[in-house]
Amino acid sequence: MTDDRTAEKSSETPETVDLWVAGTEEPQFSPTDEGSQEITSDDTVAKLDEEFGRVVDDDYVFDDDIAEDERMIVNMGPQHPSTHGVLRLQIELEGEIIRRSKPIIGYLHTGMEKTAEQLTFSQGGTNVTRMDYLAPLHNELGYSLAVERLLGIEVPPRAEAMRVLLTELNRVSSHLVALATNGMDVGAISMMLYGFRERESILAFFEKTTGLRMNHNFIRPGGLAADLPPGWKDDVAAILEDIPARLAQYDDLLKDNPIWTSRTQGVGVISAEEAIAYAITGPPLRAAGVKWDLRKAFPYSGIEKYEFDVPVGTRGDVYDRYRVRVDEIHESLKIVEQVMDSMPKGDYRVDDRKVTPPPRARIDESMEALIHHFKLFTEGFKVPPGETYVAVESPRGELGFYLVSDGESKPYRMHTRAPSFVNLQALPIAMADSLMADTVATVASMDPVMGDVDR
Amino acid sequence: MSDLHPVFEALDAAFEAVVFEDSLGQVVARVPNDEWKKFALEIREAGFEVCVDVTAVDWMRQRPERFEIVANFLSMEHQLRLRMTTTTGREDPSVDSLCPLWPGANFAEREAFDMFGIRFDGHPDLTRILMPDDWEGHPLRKDFGVGSVPVQFKESHKVN
Repeated sequence: MTDDRTAEKSSETPETVDLWVAGTEEPQFSPTDEGSQEITSDDTVAKLDEEFGRVVDDDYVFDDDIAEDERMIVNMGPQHPSTHGVLRLQIELEGEIIRRSKPIIGYLHTGMEKTAEQLTFSQGGTNVTRMDYLAPLHNELGYSLAVERLLGIEVPPRAEAMRVLLTELNRVSSHLVALATNGMDVGAISMMLYGFRERESILAFFEKTTGLRMNHNFIRPGGLAADLPPGWKDDVAAILEDIPARLAQYDDLLKDNPIWTSRTQGVGVISAEEAIAYAITGPPLRAAGVKWDLRKAFPYSGIEKYEFDVPVGTRGDVYDRYRVRVDEIHESLKIVEQVMDSMPKGDYRVDDRKVTPPPRARIDESMEALIHHFKLFTEGFKVPPGETYVAVESPRGELGFYLVSDGESKPYRMHTRAPSFVNLQALPIAMADSLMADTVATVASMDPVMGDVDR
Repeated sequence: MSDLHPVFEALDAAFEAVVFEDSLGQVVARVPNDEWKKFALEIREAGFEVCVDVTAVDWMRQRPERFEIVANFLSMEHQLRLRMTTTTGREDPSVDSLCPLWPGANFAEREAFDMFGIRFDGHPDLTRILMPDDWEGHPLRKDFGVGSVPVQFKESHKVN
C-alpha cells in the first residue's frame, strides 16, 4: 500500500529528498558519505585554483528545456531607480534568463514637437533645450543650425568657436553623468558621487556663462545670447586641469577592477552589423568598432579646425561603451583646449538686423531700436519657405532636426531625430539571452535620457 | 538637378518617376507612393545602410496630397545623406513600411503612425508608441487642437 502510494506520487511530481528534516527515513544521499574531503585528490593547478576559490565558475545552469509555464513576464519600471527616468521594460523571463524584452515608452511625452509649432523661431530654443536635459546645448546648437540654414546666414567665427567650446564641455558633463549612473547601477556608488562632483565644476561654468545650470537657451539662431564672461579662460583652464586627474582616479577605481569588469565585459553586446541595422549612433555604435562621428563626417560649426580622434571599441559590450565615453571626455577636453587657445575676437552674433536684436544700449536712446527689439521678440523673424535636416553629434548620438518653414515666423513642422529614442531599439537585442541582473548595466550603458526619448 | 553624385545618377537613371531635387544643399528624392519600397531597396543596395529617421508632415489643404512622408538615409561608405519623400492622401493614408529593409525604422514609423495616423503596410508592430493606447486622434495633425488648461480666476471684476 505504502509502496503504491509513493510510486504514484513520484510519477506525478519529482521526488524530493529533504536531508534536513529530522525523523525521516534513511536519506538516499548524504553529503559526508564519501569520507573526508581531500582537496589534494586532484592536484593540478587548475583544480587547486578552483578549490581555493581563485577561479569562479559561472554556476548558472542554462537549461534549454524549461516548461512553458516557467516563463514569466516582469514589468520593470516605469518607476524604477535604474531605468533612468520613466522607461518601462516588459521582460519575458525563463528562470533568470531574459528571452524577450520590449521597451515601453511615452510616460514623459509632452508633445514638444507640437509645442514647437506654436512658438516662434526665436522662442523655439527654450523648447528644444528641454528635450535632452543632460546635453541642452547640443539641442540648441542643432536647432539653431537648422534655422540658420533655412535663413541662409552664417555666424561669425567667434560664435562658432564659442558654440564648439560650450558643446564640447557639455559633452564632458553629460558623459560624466553617464559614467556616474552606470557605476551606481552596477554597485559602484563612489563613482556616482565622483561623477556628479566633477560635473558640478562644468555646470558652475555654464551658470556663470549662461545664467543657468541646465536648459540654457544660450545658443540661439544667429549666434549666442551673450559673450563669454570676463575671466572665462581661468575657469576653463581650471576645468582642463582638474578633470584629467580625476579621470585617472576613475581608471584606478574601475578600469581593472575585477568586480567592474566581470559585471560589464561581455554584457549587453551589440555587434557592428546590429548597430548599423538598428540605426544606433553615438558611443554604442563606436563601442562596436564603427569609426563614425558626425563631427568628422559632416563637420558643423567649424569643428573641423580642431584636432581630435574618434575612440572606438572592439567588442561592443558595456565595458567598451564605458571606455569609449572615458576616451571621448579626453578628446573633448583636447578640443576645448584648442578652442580656448585660439578663440577669435569679434562679434558673437551675426550682423543681420533681421535676426539679431539691437544692442541693449541703443534701446535707451533710439525709438526705432526699441520698436525693432519689440517686433523681434513678439512677432519674431520670418523664415523663407523650405525644409532642411541638420544633425549634430550629441553625447548620445546623431541628434537631427528636420525643420519645415512655410514662410511664417513659426516653424510649420519641427521634428527631432532623438538619439536616445532610436538607441532604445537596440535594448531587446542587447538583452536577449542575458541574465536579469545585467539589465540595469545594459540600460545604463545605452545612456537613455527619457526627456529625449519621449519629447 | 545638376552635378549629382555618381551614386544618385545611377538611381536617377534607373527610376523614371523619381525626381531628384536640391533642398538647401541636401539631396531629396521625391518618390511616388507605389514605388516607395522598390526605390528604398535600390538605395540600400547603393550603399545607404542606415535609415536615420522616418517622419511625416501634414500639409492640410496647402497641397493636393495631405501627408508627406519623409525618410532620411545615411551612407557611411560614401559619406552621403539622402532624404526620400513621398505623399499620401487624406483618406486612409498609407505607405509601405521600411521595417523589413531597415529594422531601425521600427520606432520611427510607430511614432509617425502615432502622431499622424499613417499606416505603414508590412510593419511588424504598428501600435501607438508615445501616446496612450486608448488615445483618440493623432496629435501632430494640423486639425488636432493644442488644447488649453482651464484657468480658475479668469474673469476680472467689472468696473462701471
